[in-house]
Amino acid sequence: MHDAGAACFLHVAISAMGTAMSAIAFPSPDPAILARRDEIVVGLAALVPPECLITSVDERRVYETDALTAYRRLPLAVVLPRSTEETSKVMAWLHNQGVKVVPRGAGTSLSGGAIPQEDAVVIGVSKMARILDIDYADRIARVQAGVTNLGISDAVMADGFFYAPDPSSQLACTIAGNIGMNSGGAHCLKYGVTTNNVLGVKMVLMDGTVVDIGGDWLDASGYDLLGLVIGSEGQLGIVTEATVRLLRKAEGARPVLFGFETSESAAACVADIIGHGIIPVAMEFMDKLAIEICEAFAHAGYPLDAGALLIVEVEGSDDEMEAQLQKIVAIAQKHGVKTVRESQSALEAALIWKGRKSAFGATGRVADYICMDGTVPTSQLVRVLNETYRIVESYGLRVANVFHAGDGNMHPLIMYNVNDPAEQEKAEKAGEDILRLCVDVGGCLTGEHGVGIEKRDLMTHQFTAADLAQQMRVRAAFDRDWLLNPAKVFPLEGRAA
Amino acid sequence: MILSPTTESDIVAAISDARAKRTSLAIQGGGTRKNLGRPAQAERTLSLAAMDGIVFYEPAEMVFCARAGTPVATIEKMLAERGQMLPFEPMDHRRLYGGAGAPTIGAVAACNISGPRRISHGAARDSLIGLKLVNGAGESIKTGGRVMKNVTGLDLVKLSSGAFGALGVLTEATFKALPRPETSATLIIRNLDDSRAIAALSQALGSPFEVSGAAHLPAGAGAPEARTLLRVENFKSSVDYRLGELRKLVGGDIVLADDETRALWRDIGDCAMFAAPDDRAVWRISTAPSRGPDLVRLVQKGGAVAHFFDWGGGLIWLAVDAADDAREKDVRAATAACGGHATLVRAPDELRARIDVFQPLPEPMMKLSRAIKTSFDPDGILNPGRMYAGV
Repeated sequence: MHDAGAACFLHVAISAMGTAMSAIAFPSPDPAILARRDEIVVGLAALVPPECLITSVDERRVYETDALTAYRRLPLAVVLPRSTEETSKVMAWLHNQGVKVVPRGAGTSLSGGAIPQEDAVVIGVSKMARILDIDYADRIARVQAGVTNLGISDAVMADGFFYAPDPSSQLACTIAGNIGMNSGGAHCLKYGVTTNNVLGVKMVLMDGTVVDIGGDWLDASGYDLLGLVIGSEGQLGIVTEATVRLLRKAEGARPVLFGFETSESAAACVADIIGHGIIPVAMEFMDKLAIEICEAFAHAGYPLDAGALLIVEVEGSDDEMEAQLQKIVAIAQKHGVKTVRESQSALEAALIWKGRKSAFGATGRVADYICMDGTVPTSQLVRVLNETYRIVESYGLRVANVFHAGDGNMHPLIMYNVNDPAEQEKAEKAGEDILRLCVDVGGCLTGEHGVGIEKRDLMTHQFTAADLAQQMRVRAAFDRDWLLNPAKVFPLEGRAA
Repeated sequence: MILSPTTESDIVAAISDARAKRTSLAIQGGGTRKNLGRPAQAERTLSLAAMDGIVFYEPAEMVFCARAGTPVATIEKMLAERGQMLPFEPMDHRRLYGGAGAPTIGAVAACNISGPRRISHGAARDSLIGLKLVNGAGESIKTGGRVMKNVTGLDLVKLSSGAFGALGVLTEATFKALPRPETSATLIIRNLDDSRAIAALSQALGSPFEVSGAAHLPAGAGAPEARTLLRVENFKSSVDYRLGELRKLVGGDIVLADDETRALWRDIGDCAMFAAPDDRAVWRISTAPSRGPDLVRLVQKGGAVAHFFDWGGGLIWLAVDAADDAREKDVRAATAACGGHATLVRAPDELRARIDVFQPLPEPMMKLSRAIKTSFDPDGILNPGRMYAGV
């Protein structure tokens, strides 16, 4: 589905807009804004040069969806500012005109966080993609927000450093998007997620005001606005620059494959490793179907006879890795591990990770899918996994599970046929059932993908009306008129101004 | 008047009453940090000391939840029994202020209290994963949860951590714990000046050897000679190996074993060098490590100060004469020149009421802060003026 051809593209657009099947509601576009489209485009053209303004239908089509491709809306126009000042000018003008804005990084959101609406202007950060400063003494990089996640690590790799959060989409996704969604990745068990690795941002508020939050030092005076902004899904402002922490790479890293007979024994092993006070840098889980799909794609040497697979990565000197692995292997043996395979070379290690990181793409070659992202307490992994199979089967669909087991962040990939609206509805219903279960066992709706439009209407399952009203009042402190990314995160009904 | 609620509904009632009578409330845990921030401008004190007790502790998940008034000591003991610890080493302010009372976990969450391990393991706010609070409208609000990875909705956990009780009365806090390392050791390099010391700390922190403490104590700060300190924590053979590698990298001649290491970093984290009855004013400044020595030199131009560095040079503790404005102008000017923020951690009430205790914010940030305050506490009854006048 990631490589959907033009014909399929068009079909989806029609099925999502033209039938009542699609479950996620969009607010009706404001007819007054639609009627003023030409005038708004002329106004924008006065603020930015032609190469920064996209108005034709064909070119706008590129921005109509993100990685939640079952849904799409054509934006009114797209602006790609080249600087903070340009972003500020454009936003101040749109604010005065009462025009909604949808911020966009690389458009890799799995929750529909970057999907526009017809009466909104998309502001993308792709023309602000420079690394401004790298400072190894203070271990920081100052970057424009359109730089890619991997772009930072690539720039400092030769000197032995890296930027820690590593979402699967890191080749394409931007720091702006990572900040919007508080992105995680496979290695956040040890290194934390975006919010633990960003020191400061430059952000443009909806009215055009530019604020510097944090800096190149730790913590800040006053309320922790940085902690609030990270993960706010583009509802508080548009981040144009960020100062991120750089970490020194470990001396060595070794991913090890552990094949188990059943998902139960693999999940129990994860809980036991953590219970023993061992925190590997990553612990990734794949079930049988995920193993088959990823192995067919990456040829990473995953054990095809296993019912479940753990990729456990340890770091340090050879002796340190050896010492940690001995303990982990002993625990795995208690849980009846069938296969233990250490990577013998950097190439093998890279292949092991390639298989895992391409799980979403590889699944997309087999079937269309939606990816859930709930987190559960690690003690509940087995129960939730078994319930996930039961739920998805009850809708007559298939599910592959690949997730960050160390922190309980599950990623069931529910497969369906995007050209069958009834099946899409079933897949979405199954996803909702799974997420409700995640909340019911003490977890949450989303661990790293964000609420977006996808989980917006499930928020009432996790939060009370008072909880949500408090969040919405905080949101309104930044954008009183609800012009920024307004269709996201909060249920459309019952919104407090 | 001190109110001592034992349940959430007591707090709701106290807030409703305060709103009705148009009086304000000073929020307090064990009372050990009442000198932190501007003096409370409130008619009544709401003490959370009686709201104590562990709600749950799941060692296998490394997660616990405690009511706000639970003493930090109770939690540290509970974690230690299962070989775990608070990752962020919260400072104990009793050394600095003197006085009795028990520091509470609620205050640690509300004031984002961290220690030397901040550089490697994050601040309190990075381990804090869930909160229950009662806002100034008397509504019970839940934010975050009990899992580490959670991006559901706005992160009011972090917003509330470091808000010094101005946004809500915290009732329960859920934290992530970490395994306690098997052992620790400290490498000491002697007689470096500030600039060379910070360069050595940066080099060590930029190495793969996972330094979890990096401080520089100039001559006179606890010893006659200057000491540059690097801490490593892990299993024994790893600690030995890393010490060896760090020595190759930055030199160093003395190694402190586990017991001495624990005591030394406790002293650094608690600012024992300026402990009461020393009554000089104390500033706490966060800046980029490489600019730490310059920042200190700039303040020194206006007169003598005592100082030491933590966080690889990024955290500066300054002790100055408490007379007049406690060198506020010098400190603010140096901080403006080098970047960062300065907090007047210890000074007489009269002075803390008169000058900015926290770093003054630019107007757009103050405007946002006021709007956020109003969104939680429409009548401004919770810890008014504790952080900034009018907020």
